[in-house]
Amino acid sequence: MRRVVITGMGMVTPLASGVEATWRRILDGQSGAGPITRFDASGLATTYACEVPRSGADAFDADDWLEPKEQRKVDDFIIFGIAAAEQAIADAALGDLGEAERERVGVMIGSGIGGLESIAETALLIRDKGPRRVSPFFIPGALINLVSGQVSIRHGFKGPNHSVVTACSTGAHAIGDASRLIRLGDADVMVAGGAEAAICEIGIAGFNACKALSTKFGDAPEKASRPWDSERDGFVMGEGAGIVVLEDLDRARARGARIYAEVIGYGLSGDAYHITAPPPDHEGAERAMRAALRSAGIAPADIDYVNAHGTSTMADTIEMGAVQRLLGDAAGAATMSSTKSATGHLLGAAGAIEAIFSVLAIRDQVAPPTLNLDTPPEDAIIDLAPNAKVEREIDVALSNSFGFGGTNAALLLRRMPD
Amino acid sequence: MSENDIETRVRKIVVEHLGVEEDKVTENASFIDDLGADSLDTVELVMAFEEEFGIEIPDDAAETIQTFGDAVKYIKDAV
Repeated sequence: MRRVVITGMGMVTPLASGVEATWRRILDGQSGAGPITRFDASGLATTYACEVPRSGADAFDADDWLEPKEQRKVDDFIIFGIAAAEQAIADAALGDLGEAERERVGVMIGSGIGGLESIAETALLIRDKGPRRVSPFFIPGALINLVSGQVSIRHGFKGPNHSVVTACSTGAHAIGDASRLIRLGDADVMVAGGAEAAICEIGIAGFNACKALSTKFGDAPEKASRPWDSERDGFVMGEGAGIVVLEDLDRARARGARIYAEVIGYGLSGDAYHITAPPPDHEGAERAMRAALRSAGIAPADIDYVNAHGTSTMADTIEMGAVQRLLGDAAGAATMSSTKSATGHLLGAAGAIEAIFSVLAIRDQVAPPTLNLDTPPEDAIIDLAPNAKVEREIDVALSNSFGFGGTNAALLLRRMPD
Repeated sequence: MSENDIETRVRKIVVEHLGVEEDKVTENASFIDDLGADSLDTVELVMAFEEEFGIEIPDDAAETIQTFGDAVKYIKDAV
């Protein structure tokens, strides 16, 4: 079976545009949360979110990636996805590819919700002005698979063109499934990840109605995302995109590519339990992690760092219990943190940016902190990196993602020997 | 409404929607062949003309509007 490595990475996050700028802020313990500025949120239960910064150092400027006239035709999640994909493709330095090579390059970029705001705005337009005013770009500007489509068109990538939709597991499933396409020989290179832009009135109101979002920290939004902490009261919505370039190991070696890490394991499972809640023991998550270990052929004790799903909801401790059961006696030797404490929850992009953070944890031999973790659970055996990064040896990292509907994904990444 | 006024407003819409230089928008300039539009762009252009001038352009008429001059002429007759 072919081996798959990561040779390019890109991201747009609530902390910055760009992988290195985001990672610096993560390690510094900065939060991307603040009052919602995009629309008047004063009537909503939640008035804060982690918006992508549009001004300041390392801010995101859509004009850097897409002509203004093209921006008008697509939802923000597509713009974020294109920007992160361009970063990742440039980072991988794939060079000029011939026609035959481009047929071996695929794209698998998903989204949890897709063009939610575009759909809401178009519905209002129909109500106010009638159906004849609907833009011809509404549908291709809102469809989830149009990030994959746009990236393929821009670069002439003619391999598998696919898109994952598994709520908050989307990014992890995309990277895992795309890796499998390379392993099975359907492609040699895959551009994979997730993109999301659901910080809009209908998005916040919808998650508020599910009682999923934090509501109590209007006076201090940067304190709101606090995975495992006793005061946590829900997740903080984020937005952005994370994209990696996955490549067949032999191909990457042959062209002398910089290899960040190897994707050594991938596991999937379903809870078959509830539409929004995990079962009390989250055995589904545990089965996904065990499946990833099996596919990698390594033992639980080999895991050094876990980038948790850890959304700052009641489910955090359920995940911790599943991880501690999995690791057994080795739990005390591993470190687990939730970078959602800094970025908020990017929904369909979360698993992708977190896979990238796991790669960077391996590269820099440091576990990023869990912010705002002032009172950890009493039954925590594993180190949760409360409020400070942990410099330590990390050869193998596990990245967990779980989504509504009871869908679970676990990715295992390993340092490549020099 | 003077023909000049119609021309100015149509040109402004074309420049904004297609992101082209103003001096490229000449009477015989074809939206698709000269100004880089695709078929979806032309649908959107016609919608923008309808909105700007408060008129309705039926689909069969819209298909005859291929150039800047076609658009100005159609709108002049319609308003």
